[in-house]
Amino acid sequence: MISLLAELSYWQVTSIRLAAGLVAVLLVAGTLVYAHLFKMVSFMQSRLGPMEAGPYGSLQLLAEIGKFLQKEDIVPRRADRFVFKAAPFVVLTSTFLLLVVLPGGPDAWFITTDLGIYLAMAVSSVSVIGILMAGWGSASKYSLLGGLRATGQLIAYELPLLLAVVGVVIQAETMNLQEIVLAQANGEIFGWGLIGNPFILTQFAGFVIFMIAMQAELTQTPFDMPVAESELVTGYMTEYSGLRFLLFFIGEFATAGVFSAIAAVLFLGGWYVPGLDPADNLFNVLGPLVLMGKVVVLTFLVFWIRFTFPRFREDQLQRLAWKFLVPLALANIVVTGVLKVVV
Amino acid sequence: MTVTERQQLSYIAAQAADARVNLEIETEGMTLNIGPQHPATHGTLRIVAKLDGEQVVAADPVMGYMHRGYEKLAEVRTYPQVTTLINRIDWLGSFANEVPFILAAERLMEVEAPPRAQWIRTILFELSRIANITLFLGDMAVQVGAITPVFFAFRDREHVLNQIEAATGGRFHPNFDRIGGLKDDLPAGWIAETRRAMRKIRNFCDEIEELVEGNEIFQARTRGIGVIPPDVGLSYGLSGANIRASGVDWDVRRDSPCGLVHDQVDWKVWTHPDGDSFARFWVRLQETREATKIVDQLLDGIPPGPIMAKVPVIIKVPAGEAYVETENPLGVMGYYVVSKGDLNPFRVKIRSASFSNVSITPWLLKGVYVPDIITILGSLYFILGDIDR
Repeated sequence: MISLLAELSYWQVTSIRLAAGLVAVLLVAGTLVYAHLFKMVSFMQSRLGPMEAGPYGSLQLLAEIGKFLQKEDIVPRRADRFVFKAAPFVVLTSTFLLLVVLPGGPDAWFITTDLGIYLAMAVSSVSVIGILMAGWGSASKYSLLGGLRATGQLIAYELPLLLAVVGVVIQAETMNLQEIVLAQANGEIFGWGLIGNPFILTQFAGFVIFMIAMQAELTQTPFDMPVAESELVTGYMTEYSGLRFLLFFIGEFATAGVFSAIAAVLFLGGWYVPGLDPADNLFNVLGPLVLMGKVVVLTFLVFWIRFTFPRFREDQLQRLAWKFLVPLALANIVVTGVLKVVV
Repeated sequence: MTVTERQQLSYIAAQAADARVNLEIETEGMTLNIGPQHPATHGTLRIVAKLDGEQVVAADPVMGYMHRGYEKLAEVRTYPQVTTLINRIDWLGSFANEVPFILAAERLMEVEAPPRAQWIRTILFELSRIANITLFLGDMAVQVGAITPVFFAFRDREHVLNQIEAATGGRFHPNFDRIGGLKDDLPAGWIAETRRAMRKIRNFCDEIEELVEGNEIFQARTRGIGVIPPDVGLSYGLSGANIRASGVDWDVRRDSPCGLVHDQVDWKVWTHPDGDSFARFWVRLQETREATKIVDQLLDGIPPGPIMAKVPVIIKVPAGEAYVETENPLGVMGYYVVSKGDLNPFRVKIRSASFSNVSITPWLLKGVYVPDIITILGSLYFILGDIDR
């Protein structure tokens, strides 16, 4: 792929990357919305879900997008107009920035940098600003409460998220996501290298902490206090309509997909499947699909939990973060570090 | 780099502002209107909450957005016509609304429904309780954030509604109770079908017990939230499961039965000592189970005989007054009927359970957090039609 891209001019490469980025965000978000939000949840709740638009309702999402695009873009009279209008784009920007460091195959990546996971964790915080903007700019009390809750929660859960990653970084000896995948692909379990060494086996505590913190970062139930629909209507999204609501909606599901992809890269071996040579050129085509499969499995977990559990209260979820997840993550780092030195 | 005078002045001003803020840091309260249009108030209850941060300083329920004037309307309706109105008070357990009014009218007319009508009345009374509380069990989970159980509640309530529809012809507003008996006898095969429905409801209760009641997050959200001491609850006129959850062993069905045959079957009044939101949920869950047992026993022993007593075609109620109360799904419901010997009642006073149950909210909501407002309102379980009438 590199050799192919090298012959193209700069604007051609840029447009290919842009198209790939859009496909990666929108296709993943669309698949997750259809497979999980429309169908899986419907089956959980003993109903069919959408059945009319397309075979088994598979075109329902397009119909929904058409509906949202037709709606009026309402801005509340006393809203801070610029902040209100810009907020959904800021949230979506963080999703696209997260995608930049994700490797999809040995040569299929947007950028590869030694700061990989560090950069991902840093840009994931950008969405907090967008959510706070939405909460403040809406000039609505429900939005303000939702925005403040979201900010407190996202900042609190950033810490266990980051600390859970540290264990993986220690084990892989790199922060480059591509090399983390290769470390898992080429690793071996006590000399048995058939399935590589996916870090979920050695870093199981880290995986669990990462998934819990991710659930909170995505503001999904049981951590959906910021958008708690039975009390705050929909929190910081209350005043949005039409296209801007759609952007929040896409942002929510695309971020779920991208975060799951990062979890898949860190703990499940990313684009690698056991039994093949990781340097094989086949992975440039197969890799994104494998990654997508792992993303679907992880998001299934996310949405399964989302539609089963009640939500924590604000103080309870802060307690969970600071008193349980952070100490556990620190202990995990200590154990990993000691074992790394000893073994 | 030179600093202009203007910059210096603004710097000093900013520092002075900081110092002021640090000296006298003060937070300003915020008034949050929850309702009348709000997803959690199932209807149009409005709670005006004064907040300090997320904590409630004062909360006032504002009622009357759905006032329909049934007490006044009843004065210009004949007695049989009134049941159509009062069906709409607690719209989830409609049949139960009709019963106390009809009993009051029967007491004034000094007629008594034949035993068969009394038994079927009691069965339908308990069925409407099950239909009502089933929805609460799912809805309570929605209030604390789990959206799946409510779909199970709607699914299984359907079995009960089907039975009510088969017997009365109306799913939500049966208008089936008559002075002196019932409109019709039961259709063929109804008893076996109802038994099957009761089995499904018991399965549903088990499901809710595992899915909601046993959930740690649900317990963390409801235990110790909105505790009502028994004396406070009684002084606010709480009734039904709300007061039984505070440990007061009081059930009108057992303690002062009138016209219904709850004393013919073997059942138990459930109480819980805690008085918090969890206790209210728990008591209602047990009551639903108990109601299915009551129905099962009643189905065994429906006596044969006529369904209507001898009453005149044009009903004139002799002068007098009567007050009858029953243990409805939401609590104690009573009708005070005054008659002057006309076709219409002279005055009807409706004592509805939710009105009293909601009146405790200013006392109860003081000092709780915003998420707990919804938990407490959900666990008090009111229906707007029952508040505003």
